Amino acid sequence: MDFKLTEEHKMAQQMVRDFCAKEVIPTIADWDRKQEMDPAILPRMAELGIMGINLPVKYGGQGFDYITLGLVCEELEYADTTLRVVMSVHMGLCAMSILQWGTEEQKMRFLPKLASGEHYGSFGLTEPGAGSDVAGMASTAVKDGDDYILNGEKMWISLATKAHVCLIVARTDSTADKPTSGLTAFVVELDSEGITTGDLHGKLGVRAGSTGWIAMNDVRVPASHRLGEEGEGFKIAMGSLDNGRYTVGAGATGLIRASMDASVKYAHERETFGKPIGSYQLIKQKIGRMRRDYEMARLLCLRAGWMKNEGLRNTRETSQAKWFATDASFDAANEAVQVHGAYGFSDEYPVERFLRNSKGAVIYEGTSEIHTLMQADYELGYRKDKPLRCELPAFNAEEWQAEK
Amino acid sequence: MKIIVFVKQVPDSAASVAVEDGKVTWGDAPLVINPWDEYAVEAALALTEAHGGDVVAISMGSEDAKEALKHSLAMGCAEAILINDPAFAGADSAAAARILAAAAQKVGDADLVIFGKQAIDSDTGVSAAMTARVLGWPAITLVAAIDALDADAKTIQAQRAMEEGRQVVSSKLPAVLSIVKDYGEPRYPSFMGIRKASKAEIPMWSAADLGITAPEAVVSWPEIMSPPAREIANEIIEGGSPEEIAATLADKIMAEKVL
Ligand SMILES: Cc1cc2nc3c(=O)[nH]c(=O)nc-3n(C[C@H](O)[C@H](O)[C@H](O)COP(=O)(O)OP(=O)(O)OC[C@H]3O[C@@H](n4cnc5c(N)ncnc54)[C@H](O)[C@@H]3O)c2cc1C
Ligand SMILES: Cc1cc2nc3c(=O)[nH]c(=O)nc-3n(C[C@H](O)[C@H](O)[C@H](O)COP(=O)(O)OP(=O)(O)OC[C@H]3O[C@@H](n4cnc5c(N)ncnc54)[C@H](O)[C@@H]3O)c2cc1C
Repeated sequence: MDFKLTEEHKMAQQMVRDFCAKEVIPTIADWDRKQEMDPAILPRMAELGIMGINLPVKYGGQGFDYITLGLVCEELEYADTTLRVVMSVHMGLCAMSILQWGTEEQKMRFLPKLASGEHYGSFGLTEPGAGSDVAGMASTAVKDGDDYILNGEKMWISLATKAHVCLIVARTDSTADKPTSGLTAFVVELDSEGITTGDLHGKLGVRAGSTGWIAMNDVRVPASHRLGEEGEGFKIAMGSLDNGRYTVGAGATGLIRASMDASVKYAHERETFGKPIGSYQLIKQKIGRMRRDYEMARLLCLRAGWMKNEGLRNTRETSQAKWFATDASFDAANEAVQVHGAYGFSDEYPVERFLRNSKGAVIYEGTSEIHTLMQADYELGYRKDKPLRCELPAFNAEEWQAEK
Repeated sequence: MKIIVFVKQVPDSAASVAVEDGKVTWGDAPLVINPWDEYAVEAALALTEAHGGDVVAISMGSEDAKEALKHSLAMGCAEAILINDPAFAGADSAAAARILAAAAQKVGDADLVIFGKQAIDSDTGVSAAMTARVLGWPAITLVAAIDALDADAKTIQAQRAMEEGRQVVSSKLPAVLSIVKDYGEPRYPSFMGIRKASKAEIPMWSAADLGITAPEAVVSWPEIMSPPAREIANEIIEGGSPEEIAATLADKIMAEKVL
């Protein structure tokens, strides 16, 4: 067993940490207050290569492994959750699904633009009437010659108004014996005729990011944009979540660290009854727990990342990492506000933003309740992972870093 | 063009220095590339991007200094070399300048040798000038901007940051520069650069490789000690008007025999 990060890991981590410290943290509170995304963020992440960090060089990526993706997400969410959300949908849910399920032709067509950040990717599963119950979705795709015609509405879609492409799941077969087997996945270009998008406002958190809706009215999508087979949409969506959840868990780990760092700093500065509050056992308890949870979340995420590198099925372990890390990040942020007393209740300090941001992650990519049920079902033997037709490719440094 | 940049591995700027057993220690502070040297690397890379050529990063230090070199490689330097010899331990600024000059000569054909303004551990800020003296090349220190460089005519024109403003200096190449912050933000390492740097084998040059014997240090450190902790008391002087506050302050200064 080896717990050491490689030099590559450490340098990539440091690079993203520096970028966040210099270019994100100084202004993020203003963007959060304005409820707008800093227009410089996405182009800058693209320019620096972050948007293609763990895609093979032959598809225009940077050729790093899945552990680096997790480390990058930790650094991004240390600064603000909205930056990590970008990686969750663009990389975890969209690009990595194409890497996993796409034909070679589809990979060559879609991945280079996603990897360079010329295009941003998104993921359209949730609908106004169906979230946890994915198979309850109402969007349809009907075959018409060499095309499919898509209709329906996707809701709560991160980057809805910024993305160029969206991995959309819709129902192709309403007569399938199981509702899950009638779904199909498509890579939809969001400038297609019949698509309208909009942002949602008044969100509790991720206010410096884009979350919105995508409405499809007779949208014509070529059959060549269908990802996987007809009827494979549910499996593809669940496979995507194995990757998205990994980024969410790794990001939440960063949020725990951010909450801890802010709390430690404040516990040294603030005095009550003539002593720094850090000297009181009740404050120590909060900070001690933040450190414990940070280490646990980090180790669970690193294990999931390692399994991805090795090409091992990790649905169960990724769910554990995402579930634990997001619950723990909500607790850490909540306690960080408490440590700050009334100042934590104000946006003069970052911890109220941490708390608001942490709430989303216990809802999206499987609510904490859904992960609880999943883990119990594995334990009780009600749930078993069957091999997939296409597994996420294992990381292979030589092949991934080979220049074209 | 061939440009050499000298980089140093130093304790992080948040580190605090102490004396233990008569030796200076930074504790277990994380080591980083000297922040000023990042500006030097940036300047070197920008010049080769504009005029062609390569940048060679060189550091003198322990094996730890390889990290500063890898950082330079990841930013885009083509080559990195570590100068490492037990005989160089205890080198002072003058000895270091001789060693660095020997390294520049061994690399050969350099048009420019670039330093950061100073290293944040020793803060002497004399390496650029002293190395230039040993090489016999012009030194342009505290460079805030490079206005012109003619690689064929071998000339350079640069602006030096002075307290009063900018001083425009031109010189023949080869020359030695030191770069200040006004030059512009250093780039981050690129991911491609990081991959390259993490695989790079960094050659080590000893005194023998440089063809020199370790230069004698001219500065000696007979005793190193922590200055006694100073007792500081703060007092805020209040008063109804600036005149009243000033009068109270003057009285206090007289009473304390500061003046
Ligand atoms: C900021 C944000 C960004 C998002 N981005 C995206 C995106 O990019 N793409 C996308 O497709 N979706 C996205 N979503 C949607 C998200 O995935 C859904 O909100 C999530 O799946 C939950 O679905 P729901 O909101 O419909 O809640 P519901 O499914 O209606 O659940 C409501 C409550 O009931 C509980 N519940 C449901 N079923 C069960 C059960 N069987 N047993 C016990 N409890 C149950 C849930 O845990 C929850 O507490 C985003 C959401 C947010 C908040
Ligand atoms: C919305 C809002 C409205 C308010 N309205 C009023 C008002 O109308 N009038 C008014 O006078 N005040 C008001 N307050 C202030 C409020 O009463 C204080 O915020 C509260 O007393 C805590 O003090 P503090 O914020 O200075 O936190 P601190 O006292 O600095 O405490 C910081 C943290 O240290 C902990 N701590 C402190 N001492 C100890 C100890 N000995 N052992 C263990 N832990 C310790 C605290 O529990 C807290 O977690 C309001 C605050 C808010 C948020």
